[in-house]
Amino acid sequence: MGSRGIRAALAGLALAAAVSVTACGGGQAPAGSGGVSGEVTVFAAASLTEAFTKIGKDFEAAHPGTKVTFNFAGSSALATQITQGAPADVFAAASPATVKTVVDAGDAAGTPVVFVRNQLVIAVPKGNPKGIATLGNLSRDDLKVAVCAEQVPCGAAAKKALDAAGVEVTPVTLEQDVKAALSKVKLGEVDAALVYRTDAKAAAADVDGVEFPESAGAINDYPVVALKDAPNKAGAEAFLAYLQSSPAKAVLTAAGFQTP
Amino acid sequence: MPVDELQQAGAAGRLPRRRGHRRLPVFLILPAGLGLTFLVLPLVALLLRTPWRELPQHLAEPAILAALRLSLLTASLATVFCILLGVPLAWLLARVEFPGRRLARALITVPLVLPPVVGGVALLLLFGRRGLIGSWLDETFGFTLPFTTAGVVVAEAFVAMPFLVIAVEGALRGADTRYEEAAATLGAGRWTTFRRVTLPLVAPGIAAGAVLCWARALGEFGATITFAGNFPGRTQTMPLAVYLALETDLEAAIVLSLILLVVSVTILVSLRDRWISSP
Repeated sequence: MGSRGIRAALAGLALAAAVSVTACGGGQAPAGSGGVSGEVTVFAAASLTEAFTKIGKDFEAAHPGTKVTFNFAGSSALATQITQGAPADVFAAASPATVKTVVDAGDAAGTPVVFVRNQLVIAVPKGNPKGIATLGNLSRDDLKVAVCAEQVPCGAAAKKALDAAGVEVTPVTLEQDVKAALSKVKLGEVDAALVYRTDAKAAAADVDGVEFPESAGAINDYPVVALKDAPNKAGAEAFLAYLQSSPAKAVLTAAGFQTP
Repeated sequence: MPVDELQQAGAAGRLPRRRGHRRLPVFLILPAGLGLTFLVLPLVALLLRTPWRELPQHLAEPAILAALRLSLLTASLATVFCILLGVPLAWLLARVEFPGRRLARALITVPLVLPPVVGGVALLLLFGRRGLIGSWLDETFGFTLPFTTAGVVVAEAFVAMPFLVIAVEGALRGADTRYEEAAATLGAGRWTTFRRVTLPLVAPGIAAGAVLCWARALGEFGATITFAGNFPGRTQTMPLAVYLALETDLEAAIVLSLILLVVSVTILVSLRDRWISSP
């Protein structure tokens, strides 16, 4: 009886998944699991970790017989791996510049599409003990601030926002990626860090995200593109299509991304 | 060189001078050659991609010089720190029987096994503002190690010290203890024996350990960027500069690593010549 119950529940789930796939249609809805199978390898920016892990599971449920494997890392490191011949089907980056290096190297199939945007917030320890309310506060002498290095997307966005606001900040460290900047806040080593809204949201148990209006001037576009030497071309196309579906968009929005 | 050694050993009567004593054993030479190739080929690949013309231009950049100076300074300070604490530790492990010696010996290898980034986090949890010791340092002296040059030295020493301890302990265990016993029977105290007999005996081991330790400290990346952060002139060592250059410009990153490589090899070779020329 128990096993029958489980089987019924599984059947119900499968049906629900099938219905949701066909129902949330639109022109770009994934066309069932027709012809798509095997492993789909997605190289994705570190800031997509939480959202893409969920989307990967949903995609596998919508396309039985597929398995999504992620390689999460800094966008530039991923771009280097791809141009050096790493076998990947899809590349989702945190900045157009990193995707451009892949396109320029002739490794992309088709044109990159911006699928989400991300905005900076000020990550502060839970409860905001130092009372940081504006971007201008970050220049206070009693604060230790972490910012990403200019060479990585979150650092470029931070510089843009700070320059636009005319705020002079002397950070104690220029971190190599956004997660490293965030962990310095989590560990209490700095009082504030400029990170993406999505990262602050993913770490909501330890940090608060303080929104600031100047971040609107430094919005980061996330492009995604299928790769020319993709081992699983059909899988790549299906994954790109799935990213445009409403269940995927719901996951991305819940993670704090803006969808265009 | 191996031929010479073989001949010496043979002359000393330890090897039978029978057939083929001059022929190199293929079963050793083949893997040895492969090993050398395996270690050298990646370097060759790097050299082939190096934009040599840009080298002087990068060398003149103040930011690069600052990173290079900081790297050499912190690696040297870390090595001194490791020698001061590591040689006595190696002596303890090699010469003194105490309960838990095996455990202590195993614990020393922890920094070797631990991913350096995790080592950096561990250091933060100990010396950070909220850390076990760090919170006390902060409250009592208003001093914190993270994000300082001293923090870089601490991170490098943590990762590099096992190399020194293991090398020196090996040398101590290989050294003949009868010299120390003779010194003791002639009335030398333990400190005098250590200073006048033990240290000179294992000096080559200490030198080898120090070189390994310095080289490891010079190349340190993970623990440094995690514990000390990355700020030009204060905590940005060459490996950190290389990593960030890699984000935007592969060629620049290659040039930077090459500069670090050339400088460190030059220093090591010149030091070795000095030691070897005065036997």
